[in-house]
Amino acid sequence: MTNVNRADLEEFLFQEALLIDNWQLPDWLKLFTDDAHYYVPSTDVAEDAAAENNLFYIADDRFRLGERVTRLMKRTAHAEYPRSKLRHLISNVLIRKAEGDLIEVGSVFVTYRSKDGQTDVYFGSNIHKLVKTGDGLRIREKRCILASDGLRPQGRVSFIL
Amino acid sequence: MSGLDGQNPLVLVDRENHSFSVARRSFVDPVILEAERERIFSRCWLYLGHESELAKPGDFVTRQVGGRHVIFAKNPKGEFRALLNTCAHRGARVCRERSGNAKSFQCFYHGWIFGLDGNLRHLPDEEAYPEGFKDRPSSGLKPVPRFERYRGFAFVCFDENAVPLTDYLGKATEYIDIVADQSEAGMTVVGGTQEYSIRANWKLLAENSYDGYHAATNHATYLDYLRNTNGGLANVALVGEGRDLGNGHAVVEYKAPWGRPVAQWIPMWGEQGKTEIDAIFARLVERHGQERAERIATRNRNLVIFPNLVINDIMAVTIRTFYPVSTDYMQINAWALGPSEESSWAREYRLFNFLEFLGPGGFATPDDIEALEQCQRGYANAGEVAWNDISKGMNRNPPAYDDEAQMRAFWTQWNSRIGGTAA
Ligand code: FES
Ligand SMILES: [Fe+2]
Repeated sequence: MTNVNRADLEEFLFQEALLIDNWQLPDWLKLFTDDAHYYVPSTDVAEDAAAENNLFYIADDRFRLGERVTRLMKRTAHAEYPRSKLRHLISNVLIRKAEGDLIEVGSVFVTYRSKDGQTDVYFGSNIHKLVKTGDGLRIREKRCILASDGLRPQGRVSFIL
Repeated sequence: MSGLDGQNPLVLVDRENHSFSVARRSFVDPVILEAERERIFSRCWLYLGHESELAKPGDFVTRQVGGRHVIFAKNPKGEFRALLNTCAHRGARVCRERSGNAKSFQCFYHGWIFGLDGNLRHLPDEEAYPEGFKDRPSSGLKPVPRFERYRGFAFVCFDENAVPLTDYLGKATEYIDIVADQSEAGMTVVGGTQEYSIRANWKLLAENSYDGYHAATNHATYLDYLRNTNGGLANVALVGEGRDLGNGHAVVEYKAPWGRPVAQWIPMWGEQGKTEIDAIFARLVERHGQERAERIATRNRNLVIFPNLVINDIMAVTIRTFYPVSTDYMQINAWALGPSEESSWAREYRLFNFLEFLGPGGFATPDDIEALEQCQRGYANAGEVAWNDISKGMNRNPPAYDDEAQMRAFWTQWNSRIGGTAA
């Protein structure tokens, strides 16, 4: 890949969100590199806090991210059975850094989740660390920084943010 | 038999026939929640925080405990303080930050300034008040009525006449000791708080926190995950006991196949991990002898200190408290605890372990949350289907870790405080 502009990045983030909203999680997983990480920090630590010495909500390496997808595709993932309905709105896309094949892109998300007659809103910022590869962009790190005070009243991040 | 002040009973016990039932009304009736606020959350010792959260003089955290706003602080002399966070003047919450370091607290409304011991130090236009006004106890931030600590865990009680903390904890101190003894330098709360909520009655989380019966079905995907990990399991079977510790406190203590940073090795941790875990275990033996070291290292404990302090010493150690906002909504705070001297290797695995099971993004807790919320939904039918069955294991002694003796301990205490007598 050569030049990547904001429209390409938006297209990539919108497609990613669509795969999550459609519960095509095995396809979503293919967007990640083999050394990828997925983070949702707790809301009382610094945005760039390290998962090695801070308690997060989610800190998956690639293996556990794969297991998360495996789990979520089962009927026995009770928190998501019957599956919740999701709509991710992705906006305010900005290139934060671009060095060689690495691009760090920031965005804002507002995600609606409905299940059993209850609708919750999740909002915050995403930081994607992307790599340009022969097959297009891949995610090396996705960090979802919730802007709410804790997870109240949502109570859980049982789906993919 | 009276339940709540002369109404129908809330807990029905027939020991001879091994029957123990709890009225589902206990989870939905606002009158009962009111009684709980008065007779439980205003009378019992409640967890405030851990000493490690306040490292230096001047450090403070603010939190809600039993519905009250409390400041937990370390004064300039290094002494711990628990103050009610409301201005003596006209009531504003004085400290509005979650945590920090301060020499004093200034109320932003009219500018009264309080010291870390609560004394009023300064008030604008002091001449408008009689002499000595500033020094009256009623002019300061009021300390919580009772404040005591046990092995790093700080508690408050809003009942002036409560028994001392150690009497209240009773036999539960043995289990707090086991957690505190995991460290030579002191246990410490790791940075980051999991703050979440469940749309269910608070008592459902007390029950769930030491429910060994639900793992196979409710946590099927977690068990699948463990089986898929390469070397994620030790060759250890799930086996253990449930114990009533008196005063409503109870514990399950059991062996389990997952890795424990203090100190049960699993193949996934490799040779470096083996060396680290062996060294941690050797130090435990030096300090506590072989038998106690093995108990600390290889047994898991899910402890609930009545009414709402969970200390689970499992694949990681979590402290958790929870409070009702309404009959069908609770707020939860959870922290990770670890030895302050542990290596970065052990800390990393501790947190990795914590998140694979625990918390609102883990592989297990979300399914607990779902179960609790579905129970609460089910109680909409309490008029027709009125009772929960909590009798599992009444027919064996000792009860197993996956029986319900621990919940019977909770409900027996709850019932005695709420005013019912078990029929
Ligand atoms: S309410 Fe605090 S100074 Fe008036
Ligand atoms: Fe559970």
